[in-house]
Amino acid sequence: MTTDAVLYDHPGPRAKARNRILTVAFGVLLLALLYWIYRKFDEKGQWAGALWEPFTESSTWTDYILPGLWHTLEAAAVGAVLSLVFGVIFAVGRLSDHWWIRWPAGAVVEFFRAVPLLLMMFFIFFGVPYLTEEPMSIFWAVVIGLTLYNGSVLAEAFRAGVRAVPAGQSEAAYAIGMRKGQVMGHILIPQAARAMLPVIVSQLVVLVKDTALGYIISYNELLQLGVNNVAANFGNVVQAAIVAAVIYIIVNSILTAFAGWLSRRTRRSGKAPRATGRGVVMGATDPGMGGGGGATTTL
Amino acid sequence: MDVFSDPLNREVYLTGFLWILKLTLAGGVGALVLGVLLAAMRVSPVPVLRAFGTAWVNIFRNTPLTLIIFFCYFGLFSTLGVSFSDDIDLNNFWLGVTGLSVYTAAFVCEAIRSGINTVPAGQAEAARAIGMTFRQTLTMIILPQAGRAVIAPLGSIIIALCKNATIVGTIGLMESSNAMKELINANGDAVVPIFLVFAGTFAIVLIPTGYAFGWLANRLAVKR
Repeated sequence: MTTDAVLYDHPGPRAKARNRILTVAFGVLLLALLYWIYRKFDEKGQWAGALWEPFTESSTWTDYILPGLWHTLEAAAVGAVLSLVFGVIFAVGRLSDHWWIRWPAGAVVEFFRAVPLLLMMFFIFFGVPYLTEEPMSIFWAVVIGLTLYNGSVLAEAFRAGVRAVPAGQSEAAYAIGMRKGQVMGHILIPQAARAMLPVIVSQLVVLVKDTALGYIISYNELLQLGVNNVAANFGNVVQAAIVAAVIYIIVNSILTAFAGWLSRRTRRSGKAPRATGRGVVMGATDPGMGGGGGATTTL
Repeated sequence: MDVFSDPLNREVYLTGFLWILKLTLAGGVGALVLGVLLAAMRVSPVPVLRAFGTAWVNIFRNTPLTLIIFFCYFGLFSTLGVSFSDDIDLNNFWLGVTGLSVYTAAFVCEAIRSGINTVPAGQAEAARAIGMTFRQTLTMIILPQAGRAVIAPLGSIIIALCKNATIVGTIGLMESSNAMKELINANGDAVVPIFLVFAGTFAIVLIPTGYAFGWLANRLAVKR
């Protein structure tokens, strides 16, 4: 624990005694809080078995929760693939030598990063049908919204990654006669992608969380099926929300652990370029804020 | 731009962004206070405090904000009877602020903690070696350096909070995204201008804010 080393010495007898007192005091406070929550639930009859029972029946899972989870993961997966494509295209666009490619690409990325994802989804779902005079598929409204936002965030990550590759790499490539496209495709992007892999995976956590916005335009994802519809049938909104939250936390913790593992692995194998100096932010593998949030300030 | 020459529509637009502003300010204050407390817990020498901080971060950082806001309304308010005000809008506003604060605090906590981690251990060791007390080490050595490292991540958290404030629309507050939805449904012939005005407002405010935080962070960065 580096934090411990920075902030305080190994505790002596007095510090140990003080820590014990703090432990007991806060422990009591915490128990009091838990008891208060328990009482609050009890008052409103939220511990009643009938409210929790639906989650022990397989039909609740097969009819509501699992299809909801499937739709969540489906939107997240399609959104992830499209975001990656979008991200690579616009990162390369922003790194172009031609101002007439660089500027529009930059404008698009900055714009979609600044606009709340919900606003974007509302426009795609409610606004675009007025223009095309055809109904919009909910699935694609969610996925396109996710792609535009997360693709823009990834574009910035890729750009930071490419710029963090040591200049000698591209200089050497030009020296042996490679063309611009070859330098980008064969030298820079492979190294940047490897360095940015953990960031990409943790962006997936944001994607999974953001699919919940689909609930607002009534896409049949986990929040819609697993909480809204279950609660409508069994009248147990608190319980359903807790179960859904646990599922989200499990899925996202797995992704976060995977990102952490990837990050440790690339660092250990020494394949990643020495990119830690700039561009690659600290704690890059932590899940971002999502919800159309989590703008990274580029250096 | 005919849509916005109608004073009623301008009113919808303005109240929408006024809610966003209020949500960002109230949620920001709540998240900062809560986040600093959580960060203090996570770096404290007391295991119970550390565990509480860690649990909070892992739970709220991995749950979608939409679910949290949803729970604030249907769980806290409808089922458990937690109410802030008799006025429907004000009640929804404070429920939304609760959800935003609880969620954002987890990110503030992590930003501060990683800020503290950027300070090399040698700094604190040197401070202790010359006889500084814990309080002196913290306020004169660690926090001034950590504070500078925290500016950039805190800036992006505040920007994200402002965008996330739109999600409070889920529980019926007429904030900007709901306002846009209403205007779009009432004016199907002017969909694009409506979107450009709403999205443009966010872009015009948030893009310069992002650059300002980046500039500030660079200017104040501790050169190592």
